[in-house]
Amino acid sequence: MNQAQVIEIPAMPAVRLPAGLGTPPALFSVKGWAALLAFVLSVSVLVPVLFIIVPQDNSFHLSAYFVTLVGKIMCYCVVALAMNLIWGYAGILSLGHGVFFALGGYAFGMYLMRMIGREGQYQSDLPDFMVFLDWKAYPWYWSFTEHFWYALLLVVLVPGVLAFVFGFFAFRSRIKGVYFAIITQALTFAFMLLFFRNDTGFGGNNGFTDFKRILDFRIAEPATRATLFALTGIYLAAVLVLTRAIVRSKVGRILTAIRDSENRLMFSGYNPLWYKLSVWTLSAVLCGIAGALYVPQVGIINPSEMSPANSIEIAIWVAVGGRGTLLGPVLGAALVNGAKSFFTQSFPEYWLFFLGLLFILVTLFLPKGVIGIVEMLRRNRA
Amino acid sequence: MSALPTVSAAESSSAAVGRVVSGGVDTSHRAILYLEDITVSFDGFRALDKLTLTIDAGELRCIIGPNGAGKTTMMDVITGKTRPDSGSAFFGQTIDLTRLTEAEIAHAGIGRKFQKPTVFENHTVFENLELAMKTDKRVRASLRARLDSAQLDRIAATLDLIRLSGEARKLAGLLSHGQKQWLEIGMLLMQEPQLLLLDEPVAGMTDEETERTAELFKTLAGGHTVIVVEHDMEFIASIADVVTVLHEGSVLAEGSLDKVKNDSRVIEVYLGR
Ligand SMILES: Nc1ncnc2c1ncn2[C@@H]1O[C@H](COP(=O)(O)OP(=O)(O)O)[C@@H](O)[C@H]1O
Ligand SMILES: [Mg+2]
Repeated sequence: MNQAQVIEIPAMPAVRLPAGLGTPPALFSVKGWAALLAFVLSVSVLVPVLFIIVPQDNSFHLSAYFVTLVGKIMCYCVVALAMNLIWGYAGILSLGHGVFFALGGYAFGMYLMRMIGREGQYQSDLPDFMVFLDWKAYPWYWSFTEHFWYALLLVVLVPGVLAFVFGFFAFRSRIKGVYFAIITQALTFAFMLLFFRNDTGFGGNNGFTDFKRILDFRIAEPATRATLFALTGIYLAAVLVLTRAIVRSKVGRILTAIRDSENRLMFSGYNPLWYKLSVWTLSAVLCGIAGALYVPQVGIINPSEMSPANSIEIAIWVAVGGRGTLLGPVLGAALVNGAKSFFTQSFPEYWLFFLGLLFILVTLFLPKGVIGIVEMLRRNRA
Repeated sequence: MSALPTVSAAESSSAAVGRVVSGGVDTSHRAILYLEDITVSFDGFRALDKLTLTIDAGELRCIIGPNGAGKTTMMDVITGKTRPDSGSAFFGQTIDLTRLTEAEIAHAGIGRKFQKPTVFENHTVFENLELAMKTDKRVRASLRARLDSAQLDRIAATLDLIRLSGEARKLAGLLSHGQKQWLEIGMLLMQEPQLLLLDEPVAGMTDEETERTAELFKTLAGGHTVIVVEHDMEFIASIADVVTVLHEGSVLAEGSLDKVKNDSRVIEVYLGR
């Protein structure tokens, strides 16, 4: 058996590459690491001190309201980073990411419900909503959820497996663009309807609430709240590092190549299916964990988290901040949600108009989002 | 057995490839590509109509034909983008192209340049070549991939060959049309394919670039197989061994350029107009 010759590139008299080509850039600059460290220290030391130790009448004291709000927003920031991985870099718009966030929240919520013990209204071993439905025992899928570690496993597995299976069939059938976005909307909508039903066993439209404790710590306790807050901040920092590591690797370049020219990539010998599926599943798992951190801080999870509008909002955070950039999504989630809490307190009826207007303005005038402005200012200064 | 220089099996399979047809292509019967009775219809319209074509290993074959003759569709069939309604397509003696995905076909050793230059516009010239380079292209390998010095040298040599050394850091989207064509050819070479399909490689190039491309193809000549679809007769005259004329999805004439140029049917459907 013969083999046709592999095309040889003629040997060249030692050609020099410009220096530095081919060596990956540092994960972060020294300044970047310093900023990250400062962030981690403020969420894990500074905020807890200002919240717990500094007395209430001191002007440096942080209120429980503030800690909860910022904790919640940091969860959203992670969701935005996860969305950016799949949409910003790989170019796959998901309008159903809320479902992964909510499923992570529900998975951990099951554990929190069981930790209520007999402190519910009906003083039963079952959650109040089950007593109300006249159920005598937990349905099978609630088995083992009283174990903390098992609940954590569910937090990862439920969104992960759902995303993997859904993604496998969608990507294998080469469903793309707006079609993919529409079926992800359908996915989250279907789950919302399912969770709205009382006999699904997740509390119907009230969902889960009135949590009492995690492990042996009372949730209302400031120390518990501060710990949850710190964990969320550290998780956010870790996801940021992870994103940067992926983007900087060859996988990152392949993801953007999928976004820009999937054909060229396939004909270069890559199977985009596995790249898409990996990053899609990772993105869903990151959202699930964020959901699990969100629920005990906010104190409630219900099916409205899975409403199609919620998932669209996630895409808006990323677009506003700047998709396909490292920090843009974090900035976008923080800005939009900061504005949201201001609006819903002061002019609740205008919030959706504002959000819509913001989205239109950004799409028309700021293709690179807010981070685009920052970059432009920096360049002008240089 | 063959006049072609061979590459050791160890070398050609050393770059562990994904779920792939491994090793090289079996060209023991001289031919590297067999298309037999390939038919492709789009809504009843036959873009390819019982197309039969054999390409020998080491050949440089030019394919000409009027617009809509089915040249691009033929490349789509060979590279797995389009499945034929009937007929068979084999790469060497053993590899059935109609059963493989685009990525598997690329791994098996077929590289393709599109009619419209297709490069990764938001990546640098260097990164374009890096992504195309023959290597393990599965997710896990890509996570850990680092370029070694042999790979860097390969990229440097290719940059030099396609005359883009000075543009290595430039985004590919900022290159001129002709430079993009060259970059795409460079990407194909990085894949180390055994069969190169080039769809209108000099379209949009200046005369000088066209000349340099002809030169490049000649330097690459010798032992490897190239199929070029072109309209530019001057370019074809400068490189062609054997020319195949496609018309309405099947072969109208085949032979040396002089022979097909003087074929009355070819003059009628193509050259005469
Ligand atoms: N995806 C498609 N759907 C419908 N018709 C197509 C498609 N691709 C090619 N065709 C038709 O098939 C014929 C052959 O096209 P093509 O292979 O691109 O020709 P060439 O490259 O020789 O100019 C043309 O008439 C074209 O319109
Ligand atoms: Mg064509």
